[in-house]
Amino acid sequence: MSSTLAGWLQVLALVGALALCYRPLGDYIAHTLTSKKHLRAEQALYKVIGVDADADQRWPVYLRSVLAFSAVSVLFLYTLIRVQQWLPLGLGVEQMPGHQAWNTAISFVANTNWQSYSGEAAMGHLAQMAGLAVQNFVSAAVGIAVVATLIRGFTRNRTDRLGNFWVDLTRVSVRLLLPVSIVFALALVATGVVQNFHGFHEVATLAGDPQSVPGGAVASQEVIKLLGTNGGGFYNANSAHPFENPTGLSNFLEIFLILVIPFALPRAFGRMVGDNRQGYAIVSVMGLFWVASVALLTLAESHHAGSALQSAGGAMEGKEQRFGIAASSLFAASTTLTSTGAVNSFHDSYTAFGGGLTMFNMMLGEIAPGGVGSGLYGMLVLAIVAVFVAGLMVGRTPEYLGKKLGGREMKFASLYILTTPTLVLVGTGVAMALPGERAGMLNSGAHGFSEVLYAFTSGANNNGSAFAGITVNTDWYDTAIGLAMVFGRFLPMVFVLALAGALAQQQPVPATPGTLPTHKPLFVGLLSGVVLIVVGLTYFPALALGPIAEGLS
Amino acid sequence: MSKPLPTAVRTHLTALRALLVLTVLLGIAYPLLVTGISQLAFADKANGSIVEVDGKEAGSSLLGQNFNLPKQNPDDPDEAPRPDPQWFQPRPGAYDPKASGASNLGPNSEDLAKSIEDRRQAVAAFDGVDPASVPVDALTASGSGLDPHISTAYAQEQVERVAKARNLPVDTVRKLVDKNTDGRPLGFLGQPGVNVVQLNKALVEQK
Repeated sequence: MSSTLAGWLQVLALVGALALCYRPLGDYIAHTLTSKKHLRAEQALYKVIGVDADADQRWPVYLRSVLAFSAVSVLFLYTLIRVQQWLPLGLGVEQMPGHQAWNTAISFVANTNWQSYSGEAAMGHLAQMAGLAVQNFVSAAVGIAVVATLIRGFTRNRTDRLGNFWVDLTRVSVRLLLPVSIVFALALVATGVVQNFHGFHEVATLAGDPQSVPGGAVASQEVIKLLGTNGGGFYNANSAHPFENPTGLSNFLEIFLILVIPFALPRAFGRMVGDNRQGYAIVSVMGLFWVASVALLTLAESHHAGSALQSAGGAMEGKEQRFGIAASSLFAASTTLTSTGAVNSFHDSYTAFGGGLTMFNMMLGEIAPGGVGSGLYGMLVLAIVAVFVAGLMVGRTPEYLGKKLGGREMKFASLYILTTPTLVLVGTGVAMALPGERAGMLNSGAHGFSEVLYAFTSGANNNGSAFAGITVNTDWYDTAIGLAMVFGRFLPMVFVLALAGALAQQQPVPATPGTLPTHKPLFVGLLSGVVLIVVGLTYFPALALGPIAEGLS
Repeated sequence: MSKPLPTAVRTHLTALRALLVLTVLLGIAYPLLVTGISQLAFADKANGSIVEVDGKEAGSSLLGQNFNLPKQNPDDPDEAPRPDPQWFQPRPGAYDPKASGASNLGPNSEDLAKSIEDRRQAVAAFDGVDPASVPVDALTASGSGLDPHISTAYAQEQVERVAKARNLPVDTVRKLVDKNTDGRPLGFLGQPGVNVVQLNKALVEQK
């Protein structure tokens, strides 16, 4: 079979698998977020946590719960990382410097999983499983909880109650993430992913040289790293490492895990607002961008432009033989269009346009389909902007799903959209202005600039992948990217919750002949245009200095 | 009676309790459960797909290895490794699992272009082939630095050199290459490759 045909069959199979899951999984998530009944296990958990599971919170209380949980998580994780060498399963790693532990703690709590450390050198097993992997679960659950409040903003009327954070957090963890993780962790072990508590295991190779075979509870962490769109690798090489991703089959499963929840969430949305067509419209926009990105990225990598790649005869630098161009490009597009940031090949060595596309994917705000929860709330904010734009064009009061979009709603939506570009562009600008920080680039010229731009794009969008040549384990980068991650994660959440609160207070307005239908192809086109123009164009000048300049030179 | 705690403190205590409960469930119980089942059902794979030669562990079939000649001066850390003609050679790399990772050199990097050209000349001379015919995987480093596979083209290129160095019939070696070629899982996932560790192990066992 030709590589091209196999590559496209792979994409088709993935689309088929995701389509099969869309309805059942989306309905299940909707049920999880709306059911009045608590499982017995959950009731036991609520008792220990000490919350009244039937008491709904106002949006400021919900927000304070999110922030308190995240703050406590950062402190706990920071402490665990700093003391891990004295705890069991520490593997004799050295103590991590304060700035790096701070950066790592924030990174995992913010669902980013930017890694300025190297997994096999800096992390013991206990810190991985009881620290990092736990945040992989709960930061994903927080994302879904926040999007649940935004949906409730549309479905609830004349109320200030948006749900209970502790219930949403627990249910998403227990009912959704944990069972899927158990099943797929075992599936990954069956393909060869390791799952043990060994340290480095010394062997003599066939040629007689010493080699250290690493161990770890990898499969259990790998699966939630992808399912929760986190992306932090157990090992430094992330999903390119044969122990994290040993075969073409494990690779397919991993890409599926990245996409399955983000692509099913629009169904949960449609279900909850009582109109499945609304979900189809949103998922169409997401699917459109994803397919376009996969196609363009595969095309760019197949043509291996660039002097070094041309002389090699293919873009295989930083790519694994068992994946090849197609499966690497598919992974790269999926990981950067979600907030995952796991990599099965190294984007720094991608062609200028291929690498530029991975950056552009993140710059779109990771909404196609985006991170778990964060992708959908990002897309819904843009849908609100799209409805508003359409309203201005025809001169009517804009409404979305029966709620008026007035000044207050639009202010929150605008603030949401402005946050990330500000962080990315200011961060990159300051780094480029400082000679010491410029020296962190591995490559020179336009490609070096791309490394810095990628770093801030990845941090502020909570992706976590890197043009990994850049040296970021410094006081300055750990601090600056740490701040970009915190603000990039939690400021948008503040605006989303405030927006949800504003929507829930309203009395619904009945649809009139003048109401823009938001389930028709016209709206899909309008929303796609808004995504490209409002978000994409913001970054065009910066992209022109980096990947575009390199690709055209 | 003591005064109730301020709301902000109470919220953070609730958060701490929630985090601890979830840590026990998701950070301890879950990985232990998965490890337990894996060790029962897939012990070999869960422990790293270790390969053995004559009852002795010789690495993992998933992690690539170097197949170099012994160093001329074992104390010289800068001595360039020399490939051993008796073995199939992997893609360029250090194959150190304590430091996995990629070169991260850009598509127009002069350093990368120079490495590629050097490798092309060295591999062509070593295998006795035309430099233009050396396949791309022999010229580029992998993402993990531990890639156990090479392309079938690169394996075929090495067959005659290995057969000669080991005094084996070329056909025998070619058959071993075929036997250790991993096709695409399900026929269309990923890319085919020859597992160098398995292939070289088969060579050792070819008595």
